[in-house]
Amino acid sequence: MSKQLAAVIGVGQTHYRAARKDVSMAGLCREAVDRALADANLGFDDIDAVVVGKAPDLFEGVMMPELMLAEALGAVGKPLLRVHTAGSVGGSTAIVASSLVQAGVHKRVLAVTFEKQSESNAMWALSVPVPFIMPVHAGAGGYFAPHVRSYIRRSGAPTHIGAMVAAKDRRNAAKNPYAHLQQPDMTMEKVLESQMLWDPIRYDETCPSSDGACAVVIADEESAASSPNPAWIHATAMRTEPTTAAERDQVNPQAGRDAAAALWKQAGITSPIDEIDCAEIYVPFSWFEPMWLENLGFAAQGDGWKLTEAGETEIGGRIPVNMSGGVLSSNPIGASGMIRFVEAALQVRNQAGEHQVDGARRALGHAYGGGSQFFAMWVVGSEKPSN
Amino acid sequence: MRDVAVVGFAQRTMPQFDGSPTMVELLVPLFADLWEQTGWTKSDIGFWCSGSSDYLAGRSFSFVSAVDAIGTIPPVNESHVEMDAAWALYEAWVKIQTGEVDTALVYGFGKSSAGVLRRVLALQLDPYLLTPLWPDAVSLAALQARAGIDRGLWDEKALAEVVASYSGAEVADLLAEPMFADPLRKHDCARVTDGAGALILAAGDRARDVRERPAWITGFEHRVDTQSLGLRDLTVSPSTRGAAAPLDLGGLEIAELHAPFSHQELILRTELGIGAEVAVNPSGGVLQSNPMFSAGAIRIGEAAARIWDGTASKTLAHATSGPALQQNLLCLMEAK
Amino acid sequence: MTRVLSAPLEVSFDYTRSLGPVLSGFMTGLRDRTVLGSRTTDGRVVVPPLEYDPTTHEALSELVPVSSVGTVQTWTWVSEPVRDQPLDRPFAFALVLLDGADTPILHALDAPYDELRTGMRVQVRWVDEPQGHITDIACFEPASLVEPDVSASERRVETTEPVTGIITPVNLDYLYEASPEESAFFRGLAEGRLLGQRCPKCQKVYVPPRGACPVDGVPTTDEVELPDRGIVTTFCIVNVPFLGQKIEIPYVSAYILLEGADIGFLHLIQGVAADEVRMGMRVEAVWKPRDQWGTTVENIEYFRPTGEPDADYETFKDHL
Repeated sequence: MSKQLAAVIGVGQTHYRAARKDVSMAGLCREAVDRALADANLGFDDIDAVVVGKAPDLFEGVMMPELMLAEALGAVGKPLLRVHTAGSVGGSTAIVASSLVQAGVHKRVLAVTFEKQSESNAMWALSVPVPFIMPVHAGAGGYFAPHVRSYIRRSGAPTHIGAMVAAKDRRNAAKNPYAHLQQPDMTMEKVLESQMLWDPIRYDETCPSSDGACAVVIADEESAASSPNPAWIHATAMRTEPTTAAERDQVNPQAGRDAAAALWKQAGITSPIDEIDCAEIYVPFSWFEPMWLENLGFAAQGDGWKLTEAGETEIGGRIPVNMSGGVLSSNPIGASGMIRFVEAALQVRNQAGEHQVDGARRALGHAYGGGSQFFAMWVVGSEKPSN
Repeated sequence: MRDVAVVGFAQRTMPQFDGSPTMVELLVPLFADLWEQTGWTKSDIGFWCSGSSDYLAGRSFSFVSAVDAIGTIPPVNESHVEMDAAWALYEAWVKIQTGEVDTALVYGFGKSSAGVLRRVLALQLDPYLLTPLWPDAVSLAALQARAGIDRGLWDEKALAEVVASYSGAEVADLLAEPMFADPLRKHDCARVTDGAGALILAAGDRARDVRERPAWITGFEHRVDTQSLGLRDLTVSPSTRGAAAPLDLGGLEIAELHAPFSHQELILRTELGIGAEVAVNPSGGVLQSNPMFSAGAIRIGEAAARIWDGTASKTLAHATSGPALQQNLLCLMEAK
Repeated sequence: MTRVLSAPLEVSFDYTRSLGPVLSGFMTGLRDRTVLGSRTTDGRVVVPPLEYDPTTHEALSELVPVSSVGTVQTWTWVSEPVRDQPLDRPFAFALVLLDGADTPILHALDAPYDELRTGMRVQVRWVDEPQGHITDIACFEPASLVEPDVSASERRVETTEPVTGIITPVNLDYLYEASPEESAFFRGLAEGRLLGQRCPKCQKVYVPPRGACPVDGVPTTDEVELPDRGIVTTFCIVNVPFLGQKIEIPYVSAYILLEGADIGFLHLIQGVAADEVRMGMRVEAVWKPRDQWGTTVENIEYFRPTGEPDADYETFKDHL
């Protein structure tokens, strides 16, 4: 039995900001949801089910907030699911919503993800002290920095690569009105001058903490027929591995490689760099661009940084990466994965405005979470999948 | 739709689990139990999905370490819901319906005893208007119970009769107990329980390979109500009624109902149209054992097991979540 | 001795919540000792107000005042209050339909247990200095014959700025328990020993030991005592202050592969300038004085270089 066709027919994002003090959590979500429904030319009554995704509940201090948001999200009387797969949750939420359509269970599903990080302190919420253990990580940056160091050692990459990525993503973000950080004049030199926070990660190489929400409407083939520019879902994949295990490869995790292999196979892709027109990849710390280029199979192991250095990941390059500005420019954690998925859809719908990649027909959306252990990804295309 | 059945079920519950909030130590023997039942190993599983809560554990990412119990190298196709594992089972059932996989293992776990459960659950409420008052879960259920009494839908004796049907106690003795959250007594409220539950789903021949009488899922629905206590008529459960509407409940023999408070069983019976011919909660129900985030999935396991052992040919399982029955799920299973 | 180690764990944070227009109006009303509801499209007055219409899903904006006097629709008696509830002695929670409203509001009710009944008339008891928070209503109380204190409205005009945000503390008390395997490890530390365990299937040595080998899904078992020395596989120099920080910045956090272990162990490197720490550096533990030991990783103050030649990259590259 094969999956039924499904497509993104509506996309909605809020403006991402350090603190959206003008709205409640419901208001934040509705901003994205209302835009997604308008884009899909649908009303709440057309929606069969709602899927909510969000990272840890400690961020907002509400346990399972989808319950108190059910009314505002138009979910009353409908099925409501709440996904939580750490940082990859935005991607996983889109995949769960897709599955509901691909399974033939529903025709039109609304998926919404959000984080209102200004309500608390993300670093606190992510690392509540555990008795008997000494906290030494100092947040996500402290967690990932040693693995970035390992990548640099293993690949022999020059140390400015991370700064190149950061400057590129910030310049891309300046073309995206929704992006949190607007730094059109960012350069590699400025990034290199910024403070070293978690050596080898500098301040400008880290993601911000943002408030924001993102929503998609996913529809079956019949419903998508009335959309002028559906983004067809060609493939989805999720894989998980342990946070820590003896001899686990934390630089190039097997779960990411396995998910990518499954994804390319489903999409009928044999050479990702030749067959994918652009990629929106979850890069919360700049060095993860070359790391994930290798993990995803866009480059051989140890060669990811060469694509970055050659400018091939710029808009107009061979494989544009993070046209939206990426996680490095906007990071409402629970929504961040979905924003990647949504950017891929916008690109193949030719709706990406100033950060549009010319002629993008197939695009990758990617998310990861936990200690580089949860992966979620999809390929969307402007044409129905042929396989 | 594909034919999908519940073919494996294991649970461990206890008043107080002395171990880590990741509950890995509890999940390992549960999975071993499932391999024993099915003759499978983890490589036979196409998809994994779990249900748990960070606030129950008191830390972010409480589910992250739980995957160690699986042994996830090589990596697995896996997801997680911040809900009772009954909804994880729903996600897994949907995954099988897409055709991507043929089998799934679903688990849920929770250590309710780590905090003050009824107080922790106040965090499920509106954070602007309600949580600052810390209305505990028992108080909210009690408001619902009194609303039904005031409307003449049930009385204290009816609640005691529900309790007595499981505990064997005399109704008069139960009524002589002191009030805890008037009109509820402690025995009207599910006991705080730690535990975990795990189930295996399989499609078509994979199911028939494992069980002579697989519990085929012939209906799987869930709905949510508004949380606003002011907007809701607390004496009814529209989401349960809505979930039941597409189901054919004729000929139902057994119903496993997730009613953490005695009066809620009465609401559910009414909404589902359950009469005397249906055996309700032969497992003993959740008043005695209500492990948060797996109790709903365990109802599905219990109802499936009654099909496997030939006790019944058509069973229904119900799961609930949220204050005063806000969200409800129904899983209908049949022998074929 | 209990099977596992346990310790209290408090999870506390004061959340800063922005309100949006509807809740802002409601909270501003409370500050001014007025209860407001929203008018829905079907003409009902809903209290507290809704941000979105339950029928049309449109954003609601019209707020209308209702009385601070109303009728109990349902109630319960909290015989054993929990932390932070409105009253710290037994009290009632009630759904109260305020005069002029079509839906009830939930709040505490301070009245004698034996006087409680559905249908009783109650009124808002305001706190002395309302701030724009749901707790400005201290609770409800039995309605008196006189109207509630109206002179309050004369005291309110110190500010006309709307309330746009609230702070809601969330303080939770848990009992944290370590797994049996971790407990053995922490108890070993109290004796100055580093106890790992071997996975019976893959034979890898884990430190701390695990309730489940993450590869094989079975508990680690055979105890392996490890030396307090090893090599730095990879590390990070931390320059970021964070909540609850006990260590002065900059400091080095590192994965240390103890001799005989198959997985890195996270700890601090000191006794050397941060910029001189290297991958492959050989290090040894510096313990606190024995009289300060407990069942905690903090018994080891830090690791310091032994001065021996660095390990070859090839010997630890599979541990990155």
